[in-house]
Amino acid sequence: MNHVFNSIKEVPVKDKQTLPEVQPEKTGISRRNFLKTLTGTAAGIGISQVFNPALIQALEKGLTRHPVIWIQGQGCTGCSVSLLNSVDPSIADILLKVISLQFHPTVGTCEGQLAMEHVYAVAKEYEGRFSFAIEGAIPVAENGKYCILGEMDHREITMVDMVQELAPMAGSVLAVGTCAAYGGIPAAKGNVTGATGVMDFFKTKSITTPVVNIPGCPPHPDWIVGSIVHLLESGIPELDYDGRPKLFFGNNIHDNCPRLDDYDEAFMSMSLSDPNGCRMDVGCKGPDTYADCYKRKWNSGLNWCVDNAVCIGCVERGFPDAMSPFYEPAY
Amino acid sequence: MAGCNPQTEPAQAGKKIKIPIDPVTRIEGHLKAEVEVAGGRVVDAHVSGGMYRGFEQILIGRDPRDATQITQRICGVCPTAHATASALALDDAFGVELTDNGRIARNLILGANYLQSHILHFYHLAALDYVNGPDTAPFIPRYAKNDVRLPKELNDVAVGQYLEALEIRKICHEMVALLGGKMPHVQGIVVGGSTEIPTREALDAYAVRFQKVRQFIVEKYVPLVYLLAGPYGDLLKTGVGHKNLVSWGVFPLDNKGNTLLKPGVYTDGKDYAVDPAMIKEYVKYSWFEDSTTGLNPTQGKTLPNPNKPGAYSFIKAPRYNGKPHEGGPLARMWATNPELSKTGREKLGVTKLRDIGDACFSILGRHVARAEETALVATALEEWISQAQPGKETFVPTPIPQSAEGLGLTEAPRGALLHYINIKDQKIANYQVTSATIWNANPRDDMGQRGPIEEALIGVPVPDAANPVNVGRLIRSFDP
Repeated sequence: MNHVFNSIKEVPVKDKQTLPEVQPEKTGISRRNFLKTLTGTAAGIGISQVFNPALIQALEKGLTRHPVIWIQGQGCTGCSVSLLNSVDPSIADILLKVISLQFHPTVGTCEGQLAMEHVYAVAKEYEGRFSFAIEGAIPVAENGKYCILGEMDHREITMVDMVQELAPMAGSVLAVGTCAAYGGIPAAKGNVTGATGVMDFFKTKSITTPVVNIPGCPPHPDWIVGSIVHLLESGIPELDYDGRPKLFFGNNIHDNCPRLDDYDEAFMSMSLSDPNGCRMDVGCKGPDTYADCYKRKWNSGLNWCVDNAVCIGCVERGFPDAMSPFYEPAY
Repeated sequence: MAGCNPQTEPAQAGKKIKIPIDPVTRIEGHLKAEVEVAGGRVVDAHVSGGMYRGFEQILIGRDPRDATQITQRICGVCPTAHATASALALDDAFGVELTDNGRIARNLILGANYLQSHILHFYHLAALDYVNGPDTAPFIPRYAKNDVRLPKELNDVAVGQYLEALEIRKICHEMVALLGGKMPHVQGIVVGGSTEIPTREALDAYAVRFQKVRQFIVEKYVPLVYLLAGPYGDLLKTGVGHKNLVSWGVFPLDNKGNTLLKPGVYTDGKDYAVDPAMIKEYVKYSWFEDSTTGLNPTQGKTLPNPNKPGAYSFIKAPRYNGKPHEGGPLARMWATNPELSKTGREKLGVTKLRDIGDACFSILGRHVARAEETALVATALEEWISQAQPGKETFVPTPIPQSAEGLGLTEAPRGALLHYINIKDQKIANYQVTSATIWNANPRDDMGQRGPIEEALIGVPVPDAANPVNVGRLIRSFDP
């Protein structure tokens, strides 16, 4: 898989060993599995490879992985938790074979000054080459005081500070989740914190690092993993008018809904627990929403919002205000 | 550790030194701890919540039903608990009584996420305080002297379980999604019940996954927690705190208020029935307007003032009957006092949770309570799976009242959770949330009493100021 990494400048890391083109089935993910993730055909519920002792050996050797710094602003950690639900590749494989997660507030071991020094040291060491994953909105009111990320040498570091300082150093930025992409719930009507999405924030600071928006409240794990893999395989994916990969956000939910025939026949759900019919009368925002949930489904492909209740349009720039009330028809 | 120059000022010297830890990682959210150490022990502590989003303001003016969706986004680890609290507040305001199947479906959704949350917390957040991960990111860097005491064989077993637990917790989320639509952030919990009427197929799919998860809990998670008590036995003797506990109770067994995990308040060694009217939230040391201090959540106001002098946290300081109270598995298990798991009975030689006594109020004691609770909830889930009726209604549609109030009391995996809603003209006029972490990670109140984590930090050993591992261990024992 050398070419994967070669495609984004030079990818770096301390060890000299690189991932082989195709890994033996028993030890990990092959390129084919990456592609399965991209195309949404991953069905692999079942025995994970994480129990394989060969995997633990592999990580102790330390393979070349893409450095990622992941920070959280005004969010709920739901995007990170969703990422943990990745099926193929599993999260263990992602963490140990694909990316080198140099900092993550929820899963990283280090804390305090050590963590803050490490973040800045990694950004410097891999300047222009690391991916900067931003989860949560950036509150710009009150000099950024509504979100404090840490302290280094007695300096308080806010979300505004860290994004402003590290984003220009990154090779690419992933705005993970609707809060990071567009502001999301923290930016909804009534907010006093000046919650802002990444691209809007970059405009005010003249930061030009390329951004991939991966909205969703939370985003599907495949959207996050698929975007990262695309970045590694062939650079920034093709984006739509709102900065989202067309690969995942190119199609309308309603137009592709398995219940579209019901709509065409005016067979509508009568209540939220009615298992049958089109959900528009009980509030479904599928017609206003572009994402591939209708075919990808959630949590290992077991269910999705429209089969359970309604789509609330969580991947859209206007979420939540433009989608409220959630349980009233949009028309 | 710049700032405290710990290497040149050993903690044992008798002089007080301040150690800031910011961020405290492997928690949900943004937390800072600053401890003062003298003679190798913590003598004072300040815990600060570093983030404010303004949910309570954002909710004003919205359709009341939207609250179950919006408030889930308070916490991506325990959204089902916020959905539950919100739905209970709305059920109360709308005056709706659930069907049995609706109640059971909600328990199956919330219960599966309890298992997920506790497993995630122990393995992926807390365990790295006791176990060395592989020498690669994200497991490095770590403290140079991190006081990991496990023999290599046991450490390897624990790392293997860490990886296996990633898979197990994902399976728990699949269970949630089977009835809740997706996870994190379920569609399935709404005012009036639950949106998806379970099919036989869905219940079977849930049950198959459940068996695998339960096996992991019984055979691996619970035994590993008890195994830690060998090398880390001293951590059963530190981190006491105020010894006051609050639980609202969770997992309704009927429509009459009986719950699997009991409500109860334990103050200064005595048990009391719960009364939410006894709560007041103080803000003298929080970045909120002083005019809003001392209010019950039903009268609550949330007006931030991030520049208020003397304040050090975005967390309010709730007090029950004027005193700080700890929430979480320990509080629920203390109130319920169930029989321990087979492993627990064998390891400890006692039968019930309260038989463990003072050792419960400690760093490891909280982990024991959490593991035991996981086993208890798993046992109950098996019963609820068999009680759920395929095809039976789970939802009672009810119109939005013109004006009403509602209170929702439940328990997030990490502690007591209260939602209050006030509806006027069919819109939200006021909404207040007193969440689990607000109970535990709060700052001093107007009377100067420390918050529960702050108090529990007192006396915690920090023999090496450059590597204050026990501070993180104590904080994470609360699962903030």
